[in-house]
Amino acid sequence: MDELIKKEYENLVKYYEASGGNSKALISDNYASIVINGNHVLAKNSTKGIVIETKKIEDGVYARILIKKGHKAKNPVHLCFGMLPREGKQIIRSEIIAEEGSSVKFIAHCIFPNATHIKHIMKSKVIVGRNAKVEYEETHFHGKSGGVRVIPTTFARVEEGGEYNSSFLLRSGRAGYIDIDYEVHLASCAQSMLISKIHGMGEDEIRARESIYLEGEHSSGVVKTRMALRERAKSEVVGKTIGMAAYARGHVDCTEIIMDEARAEASPVVAAYHPLAKVTHEAAIGSVDKKQLLTLMTRGLTQEEAIDVIVSGLLK
Amino acid sequence: MLELRNLTVKKDGKSIVKNVNLHVNRGEVHVLLGVNGSGKTTLAQAIMGIYPYKGNIFFEGKNIDSLSVWERARLGITLAFQEPARFEGLLVKDYLILSAKEKSMENVKLAIKTVGIPYSILFEEIGENLSGGERKRVELAAVLLMNPKLAILDEPDSGVDILSFSLISDVILRMKSHNSSVLLITHSEDMANVGDKATILCEGKVAITGERNKVKNMFKYSPCPLKR
Ligand SMILES: Nc1ncnc2c1ncn2[C@@H]1O[C@H](COP(=O)(O)OP(=O)(O)OP(=O)(O)O)[C@@H](O)[C@H]1O
Ligand SMILES: [Mg+2]
Repeated sequence: MDELIKKEYENLVKYYEASGGNSKALISDNYASIVINGNHVLAKNSTKGIVIETKKIEDGVYARILIKKGHKAKNPVHLCFGMLPREGKQIIRSEIIAEEGSSVKFIAHCIFPNATHIKHIMKSKVIVGRNAKVEYEETHFHGKSGGVRVIPTTFARVEEGGEYNSSFLLRSGRAGYIDIDYEVHLASCAQSMLISKIHGMGEDEIRARESIYLEGEHSSGVVKTRMALRERAKSEVVGKTIGMAAYARGHVDCTEIIMDEARAEASPVVAAYHPLAKVTHEAAIGSVDKKQLLTLMTRGLTQEEAIDVIVSGLLK
Repeated sequence: MLELRNLTVKKDGKSIVKNVNLHVNRGEVHVLLGVNGSGKTTLAQAIMGIYPYKGNIFFEGKNIDSLSVWERARLGITLAFQEPARFEGLLVKDYLILSAKEKSMENVKLAIKTVGIPYSILFEEIGENLSGGERKRVELAAVLLMNPKLAILDEPDSGVDILSFSLISDVILRMKSHNSSVLLITHSEDMANVGDKATILCEGKVAITGERNKVKNMFKYSPCPLKR
């Protein structure tokens, strides 16, 4: 590693650890990993069953991650995307291909600790092969100024008997502007769970459109959203499951807590195009539950302490 | 220890608790009896500071009228709700730790053993996954761990199987042995037998207060003696 890159790497990894990342995994040969700052690939590591290729593109990086047929990854793949400067733009185009019968978990951290004007665009394509399983867990850390615009889009196709679960988590720092657009297509007996847990404050604005198309028989999908908004934060959530085949099961589940002058809009959309499909939804938006609050206060917690316990439970 | 003077609680303009005077001594288990809707829960929650009231509440000789719920809790008063709340994402063990005065897993384990819930429940969420009875036992364990000076228990026995009646009375007697006072709301005669004294609340008023057996017998004979 040349000196400059080494420095950049060390700086990023410092924040990576602070946001809960396991930095030992980034340098271990047993873990597949990628570390990207801006449009620099600072480190990448393939393993026996996981092949990673990267390419610089304008304002960002293209990455292709292939999990070979039948490979069951024992260790998670660690991804660290970030931008340390205050301003800039980062585009990550990724393609994840999990071949038949493989299984893998991704642990991704997206870190913009100093952002005042940063735009992070993520365009992902995920193909989950027959009976393969992909878990993708993405944790964001955006610093305190709220000057980040995060625009992640994912298109995923899950083949027969496969499973794709993804979660988007932002539980500390500011959200800034987030605009999530996920679309998942499921073949027969495939399943998927899309989870987003985000808190917002100040002028933060959060949008999420998450759709699961239940195209094959016996496919099942759940869209689950949890948000806690304070001050003048705003959210707009559309969770959608579309039952298109016999015995397809879909569920949309959205709970949001709003405080101060925060505003939230949630639209659970359920549609069925087959008489034997079944799709359901539940959505609740409101202030912190009074009974929960009082219960914790009878234990001696102040109102603020009690709200923290309730909100962190919801986002856990 | 606890003294209520002319306590009146109104809800939506209607008096629910009317001019209640009541005394609970240190280390005393005081049973509050009354038919459905007589105002027991309202009175209990007013003592905790949940509802505004007219009149005065003294705790250990000190007027606590201006104190909020959590300030009263920090003085050593706590309440277990008739229908305890459920919390998404909060594990039983974390809930008990935050309730505990001395925060150690040892104490937590001891408390759940006392209320008769299995160890594995510690790692469950306090959500819809717990049965009503389990949830009430968790609440009782939380109260026990707070080591309060005054525990207000609103029907700890409702929705809990008969077998565990003895467990609940054990818990109450354990608190009593630590010199805590207990204000116990119950509809069960067996449960009431742990009491030293008892009071009948009838349409928001105290009908009679005194030695437990005397009050209990009166309650059997005439559950709301003030009613004409
Ligand atoms: N917000 C309210 N406005 C008006 N009346 C109310 C309100 N809340 C409760 N009440 C009434 O107050 C009365 C006392 O209620 P409370 O819950 O204190 O009774 P309780 O003795 O605890 O009954 P139970 O044995 O059923 O638990 C009831 O008649 C109830 O209908
Ligand atoms: Mg009641």
